[in-house]
Order: sequence, then C-alpha cells, then structure tokens
Amino acid sequence: MHMFSKRMFVVVSLFLLGALLVACGGTQEAAAPEVVEVTRVVEVEPKIVEVTRIVEGESVVEQVEVTREVEVVVPAESEITTIEYWQYFFDPRVDAMNRLIQQFEAENPDVRVIHNSDVPYADYRDKIAASAPAGVGPDVATLFYGWVPAWVDAGYLIPLPQDEFPPEMIAEQFSPMVQNSQFEGEYWALPTAVRTLALFWNKDLFAEAGLDPETPPTNLDELAEMAQALTQYDDAGNILIEGFPVGVPGQAHHWFREVLVRQFGGQPYSDDNRTVMYNSPEGCEAFKYMLAFETEYNTGSNDLFEDATQAFLQGKSAMHIDGSFRVGTIAKNAPDLNYGVVELPVGNGVQSTFGSYWTHGITRKAAEDPAVLDASIRFLKFITSPEAGTTWVNKVGELPAQLEAASNEDLLNDPILGAFSAGLPYAHATFFVDESAQRQFIVDAYDSVRLAGADPCEALDEAAALEQELLDEFWANHN
Amino acid sequence: MSRLTIRQRQVVWAYIFLLVPMTFFMLIRIIPTLSAFNISLHDWNPLAADQTFVGLENYRQLGEDLLNPRSVTHKAFVNTFKYVLIGMPIQLVSALAIALLLNEITRMSTLFRAVFFIPFVTSTVAIAWVWRWLYQPQYGFFNVMLSFFGLAQQPFLKSPNQALYSITAVVVWQGLGFAIIIFLAGLKQVPETFYEAAKIDGANRWQSFWRITLPLLNTTLVYLAVLQTISFLRMFDYVINMTSQGDGGPLASTTTVTLRVYREAFSSFDMGYASALTVVLFAIILVITIVQLKFLSRDY
Repeated sequence: MHMFSKRMFVVVSLFLLGALLVACGGTQEAAAPEVVEVTRVVEVEPKIVEVTRIVEGESVVEQVEVTREVEVVVPAESEITTIEYWQYFFDPRVDAMNRLIQQFEAENPDVRVIHNSDVPYADYRDKIAASAPAGVGPDVATLFYGWVPAWVDAGYLIPLPQDEFPPEMIAEQFSPMVQNSQFEGEYWALPTAVRTLALFWNKDLFAEAGLDPETPPTNLDELAEMAQALTQYDDAGNILIEGFPVGVPGQAHHWFREVLVRQFGGQPYSDDNRTVMYNSPEGCEAFKYMLAFETEYNTGSNDLFEDATQAFLQGKSAMHIDGSFRVGTIAKNAPDLNYGVVELPVGNGVQSTFGSYWTHGITRKAAEDPAVLDASIRFLKFITSPEAGTTWVNKVGELPAQLEAASNEDLLNDPILGAFSAGLPYAHATFFVDESAQRQFIVDAYDSVRLAGADPCEALDEAAALEQELLDEFWANHN
Repeated sequence: MSRLTIRQRQVVWAYIFLLVPMTFFMLIRIIPTLSAFNISLHDWNPLAADQTFVGLENYRQLGEDLLNPRSVTHKAFVNTFKYVLIGMPIQLVSALAIALLLNEITRMSTLFRAVFFIPFVTSTVAIAWVWRWLYQPQYGFFNVMLSFFGLAQQPFLKSPNQALYSITAVVVWQGLGFAIIIFLAGLKQVPETFYEAAKIDGANRWQSFWRITLPLLNTTLVYLAVLQTISFLRMFDYVINMTSQGDGGPLASTTTVTLRVYREAFSSFDMGYASALTVVLFAIILVITIVQLKFLSRDY
C-alpha cells in the first residue's frame, strides 16, 4: 500500500490552498499561503472538487471550483485504510473519542476509523466474544485493564511492537500503574486515561448534621465518627439519610483490597501476584472495619436506595467512595448536587488508593493485514498521547495516563479532579485474572457475614481459598 | 410426477413446503444444539483462534462441582429444581382454581380474564424491575404496607432466605394468565351432559370435580405441567433483572443453571464448561419431559 507522508501532504495542501484562493477570485494570490489541512478531495465533475477539511476541530465539506490546474495528490479511496475501533457506550467517552478520531483523521488522511460504541457496558464482552469467532470485530479495542491477561491468553491481543512503543518510553512517560500492566514481559495495551478512587461528600448533608461542610474526614477514625453523626433515622429506626453506605459490588471491594488491607498493615496479594494474602489477621481487621459501618454503626447499606452510588446521586447518602468517572455521571444526572471530593482517608499513616483504567489494545485481526496494523499503531499512538489525555480529562473526567498531562497544575488544583490526581502517585492496580469472579468472592464474603451471620475471618478465608484456586489455575498455564 | 397418485403428490408437496421451516429450524436450532455438544468437548475460549480438544474434561469438572455443595454450579442446580418444585405446582393449582371460578361467572368474565392475562403479555424485564422496586427495603410498596399494618419489614430480594421465593412469586403471577386460558379451554371441552348425568346419579360438586372435571382435564394438565417445568428449568430473565448486578445473589441464593451458562460463557469466557452445562440441562429437560408424558398421561 502506498503510504502517504506528512511532508508530502503539506505540499499538497499548499497547492490546494492555491486552488481555494483562486476559487475565491480575490487578489490575494500574492499573500503568504497558510497551511490548510485537507483530509479528502473527491472530483465531483470536471473542474469541481469536494474538499473535506478541518476547521476549528469540525469536519467541513465544501465544493470548490478548480480554476487553475493544480496537482492534487490526496489519497484515492483505494489508498485509504479503514480500521475499526470498539468501546462500550458511555456518553462522555463516545464524545471524547469522536473528537480524537476527527483529529487523527485530519493528521492521517489515508486512514479512516470506524467507531463502534453502540454496545452497552453489560454486553460489551458478549459482543467481542461473538465477533471474534466470526473473524470480524475491532482492530483496536478498548478493554478494562483487568481483562488483559485473559485476552492475551486467548491470543486475542498482539504485543505492542517494541520499536513503536519502547518499554522505556512507557516506563518514563506513563502513570506507574500502567507500568505494572506488563504481562509475560510485554506491554499489550496502553490507556488514554486512568482513574483513582476518592471520597465524595455531600456538603449540604454535612451542614444539616451540624458538621463543617468544608471539612471531610481525613482518616479512618474520622470517617467512622462522621458516618454515624451523618446518619438520620425515622422513629421506626429506618434510615432516612445514610452517613456512609459501603457499596461492595461497586468500588468498595477495591477499597478493601488495595487500601484498607494495606492501611491495617497487610498486603492483598504477594508481590508476584500469585498468592492471595488479604486473609491475614491484618486483612481481617480491615474487613471488620469495613463491615462495621453496616453491621455495627448502621450508617447505611448498599441494599438501600437501589445501591450506594444511586443513594449519593439522589442526595440520600452523605459520603461515598467512587472513581473519577463518577464526576461525569453526577454532572449529567445530578447537576445540582452540592458535593466535594477529597483523597481517601488515611489509615495508620498509610495513604493508598485503587487505580484502574480502560486501555486500548491491537487485536489479532489487525495484525493480519500490514496496512491495517500500521494504521492501528498510528491510531493507538495518537489516542494515548498527552494531548489526547488532555482532551479526555476535559470531556470524561478521567485523568491523563501520561504523566506530562496529569501533572498539569490546573488539574492538581481543580477542586474536584485534584483529589484524584493527588492519588496517582500512590495508587495500586490489582492484577486480575477474572475480574468479575474475583469481585464476587469479596461480595459473597461480605454478604455471608451481614446476611448469614458468618464469622468475618472465616468468610475471608473462604473467599481467599476460592480466589487462590482461580489464581492457581491461571498461573498453572504460565511460567 | 405424473406417475404419482394424487395422494402421493400431496405428500410430496407437503414435504416441499415443510422444507422451508425445517431448514430454518435446522439452522437456528438443531445445528447450534449439535455444535454445543461439540464445544463442550473443548477448552473453548471465544476470543481464541484455536480451540483445544479436551474430551470429557468439562464434564468431569462439572461432576466435581455438582458434588461440592459450596460451588456456585451446585447451588445453581439446587435453586433451579427449587424453582420448578415450588413454582410449577403452585402455578397449576392456583390457575386451575381461578379458571374454575372464571368458568362459573358470566358477568364481566372477559374483563376478569383480561386482568389475569395482561401480565403474561407484558415484557418480563419491565415486570421484573417493577417488582424489584415493589420489594425494595424500607420504601418499597410491600414494606410500606407491612409497616402500615404494624408488621415487621422484610428484606425480600436482599435476603438469601427469601429471595428465591420472592422471585418465584413473580414468575407464578406472570404465568398465571396463560395457564388460566389453557384451563378454560380445557373446561369448555367437558360436555355439560356429563355433569347432568352425575347430578341425576346424586353426585355432589366435589365428586363431579374429582370424577369428571379433573380426569377430563388430564391432557391439559400434562401439557401445562410439561410446559411450565421447562420454562422454570430455563429461568434466566427474572433473576438477571431482579438481583443486584444480575449476579443471582445474595450469596448465589437465586442463581440458575442458565445464568451460570451465561456467566461462564461471557464473563469467564469458558464456553466449553458453559456448553457442558447446557448439554446437562438439555438432558435433564428431556428426561423430565419423557417421564411426565409417560406417568401423567392416563387414559380414562
């Protein structure tokens, strides 16, 4: 396939600009031509061409009469490589990616990107699984970082070519949690943005409870005290306002593993990710701390008001642990919520948070055609650049994965996003082999204590045993 | 074709016309069913390019899980049988009782039939979510009613002891209309003269029900029993919509075999194990159906 170099392209643009100016019929022929980015030229009829160019980020199509013969070398339809990109449907992400694709296509006129974002989150993996055996589907796909090992095992992703994505570059420029995603000595995917967990608090409910609306809890003891002070009950003992409901199936299972266990002096997994260690005595203390909100202090439950996230959105809970992506949800669904975000409470002097990200990988399908592979590599580079990260944070609320963009002063000082950015240096991302199954073990351990009266440490042992079985099975097939 | 008799020609044409639906069913039912058998013999990851043949390994794993009461697969099978054994009889008995009552009345009978039938034609997902809200702790309709009458509130779907029954109630309620209509059709088949003859012989209403109505409804009963058993065995949509994050919880107390199939295939990407589950479920449905047809159908 004929590759279209950028320098050549600029020259072409100048020629074409000449044509545009002449078309205007002005006397500006002598003026210094500026570079106009043209992505597409199609001859409609003799002397009339349809030109696609980018004006202020928007794609504009116009018909231009060619009054003078110019040599126009833009890629013909046959020279355009089409690649398919997939992500799940989430409004702000779709907007942000559309924007990035537009910019990418302007810089790479020989590539066209089909953006498939019609699949709801819950069906995303089903759709991928259905497309793969049929030999169709994405060339570049967005996936949760926790799915990488499973997708790699299936041979679905190809390792990122080291000459295009040098490991040293990734280590130097990307957030530390991304560096930990190396698997079998290779990088398989790179993110545009990363997320951390922080504590959301409802300022109005703080004021109602007589607490200072600008002073959220900073450590675990304060969190427990304030949660109790903030909970309101009716005469029958029903909860009217939840001080702090623990949403284990939401984000609290991460809070337990990567934050509380560490704060109580334990370690969730061994350093090689092969052994479950959260069922240590320290881990159990952490588990009991988390359980106490529901079983002892009665400050709320994930069972009330649909779940902990909904409760916070509806103004029915005063404090909530969630990721930066929730900022976008609140802006859309509860724009009047008077809330703040602060770093997760410190425990025993230890500060930690859970970091996670949706990442982009190149599929086996893309690797089958060198032109598609080349275009996919260029696309992946583009959407993981610091500039892309900046576009992303503004639209989605997730933090740029590249440190250069994430350490931006404005971002650190942002009253909402600042707490999440501050967490980046100390964030831990769990190594998952089957994310949904591993979450379910913690959810079941928690439920068996609060619903079936199990002993917390025994419930945790049970979860650890089941998870260990899963890890053993996984590692048995790896060195 | 001219050598064929008219009868033979009719048969040939019948087969030609049947070819169309047969081809359709081959493509969307029979071939996928057979391919599920094939998949169950592999370590089948839908994302992978090549699938490894593992013989009966998935079945061995399944057998091991079935014997382990702590495994989710074991719980899924136990729950599925509970749904059948609790839901099916309750549904049949209550539908028959209502059908008998509806058969007695003439005024507004259409209205009553419509009232019972509406849930059946309503989307299951919509029903599941409405009931999910009705069951809500504290502020759900049922709990508000319980409080109003001074009774203790109940966790319903949030309790591992009540969730399965709460879901069964919804399934029974939604399927009632269909069973009632079938029973009413069956009741219409019973000749009025039988009742008159019984009356002359001095039979009371209870006796005519046991000796005339029930035996003559036997075909209807068997049909409904088989149909409802199969639908309870395949239960999926209520559970995925009525449990938190569709996980079949709390503590796997409501999960079903089909939900396991879905999770194994599309969350854990273990299509081989999921297919082994469907094959076993298929065998169970087949056996139960044969047994029901054999023992419930009787000639009178």
